Amino acid sequence: MSNGEVKVSKLATAKERLFNGIIKENPTLVMMLGMCPTLAVTTSCMNGIGMGLTSTVVLALSNVFVSLLRNIIPSKVRMPAFIVIVASFVTMVQFLLEAYLPSLNESLGIYIPLIVVNCIILGRAESYASKNPIWSSFFDGLGMGIGFTVGLGLLGAVREIIGAGQIFGIDILPDALEPITIIGLAPGAFFVLACLVAIQNKIKLRSGKKVKEEASCNGNCASCGSTCTDDAMLKTNANEDKEKAKKLIKMDKKEATEKEEA
Amino acid sequence: MEDLLKLAVATALINNVVLSQFLGLCPFLGVSKKTKTAAGMGFAVIFVLTISSAFASVVYEQVLVRFNVEYLETIVFILLIAALVQLVEIVLKKFSPSLYKALGVYLPLITTNCSVLGVVIINVQKEYGFVESIVNALGTGIGFTLAIVILAGLREKMEYNKISPAFKGMPIVLITAGLMAIAFSGFAGIL
Repeated sequence: MSNGEVKVSKLATAKERLFNGIIKENPTLVMMLGMCPTLAVTTSCMNGIGMGLTSTVVLALSNVFVSLLRNIIPSKVRMPAFIVIVASFVTMVQFLLEAYLPSLNESLGIYIPLIVVNCIILGRAESYASKNPIWSSFFDGLGMGIGFTVGLGLLGAVREIIGAGQIFGIDILPDALEPITIIGLAPGAFFVLACLVAIQNKIKLRSGKKVKEEASCNGNCASCGSTCTDDAMLKTNANEDKEKAKKLIKMDKKEATEKEEA
Repeated sequence: MEDLLKLAVATALINNVVLSQFLGLCPFLGVSKKTKTAAGMGFAVIFVLTISSAFASVVYEQVLVRFNVEYLETIVFILLIAALVQLVEIVLKKFSPSLYKALGVYLPLITTNCSVLGVVIINVQKEYGFVESIVNALGTGIGFTLAIVILAGLREKMEYNKISPAFKGMPIVLITAGLMAIAFSGFAGIL
């Protein structure tokens, strides 16, 4: 392959990864990952975008690092290793925010350190970056991060417009329309997300696709990489977590069938 | 004593961990199909939260503050929680098989549950002492259990209801959670 061809194929993977992250596997709207920050910080559009960009930086950097070290980290201790990598980047980003964007840091508060346990980041490290070269891992992280930012920005914008009648702090609704304060409060977060998912389901139903009924991960973020994504199912050293998560699902199913029989 | 009681009630009901702080939503939405499994998850969370808060409080005071490396808190805490969960699992397996049978399945799911790390960080940020940290963790755990068991109960009933196809699955669960959040915000008046 000549140099030019390599460049073209690299560009193509970059594009494909970005498209995948932003549209096809959008972490917020399609995969429903990272729900905690999604609901907590989207009281305004600005906060949502701030959180999204912060996560994007961490996601892209940790993906690069995990990919760089993918042949060195023994697979038995890969989860703790990934967590340490992610936690280091989160700490760095937190200090940068404290220094240069103190107001954003204050409004995001505790959710910045909590980026460590965001399903998306560990999920991508496990399911993509640990198996792919640096270049595509970087763009995978970037794409997923931008997708997350878009999701959070959208949710934040809807909540800010309906809940406070503003967007980016500028009044846009006429005075005659009273803002519905509850949308900006905790319960509103659930309602707005419910409506966004319902709209998406409606579109899916119209085009004849099946609606996803289960929450992703069955409550286990660590196994996100394997249970939630398509490139799924790590064949080697299936870790205990996954088996236990499966057992949990089986338990539920068994009970359901027993109920039906009764 | 009164302060501690107030703290427990405030964290369990008023600032409910899932419904007003949005921590631990993954298990809240994922493991709330059956009341029985939800209760199991809830108790496992109470257990791990309390233990890890106690340990984290000691480690923070005795190691991080003493050696002036508070900035490592995120890394240290997440590793501490992961290690503790493993340890608890091994100890339970060995010494209390019945408890292990009841909680064992849920334990590994908790490491990356953001409510655990969240509570530990809140303890540090609010400068709670050892006892306060434990009370705060207990309150949070009880609040989580309460919320997840109630949601599971509602979901069990909802299985027999007719729901518009677009709202089936996640959306209706989210709306139920939203209504619960409204109900819980009513507790704000009791203190």
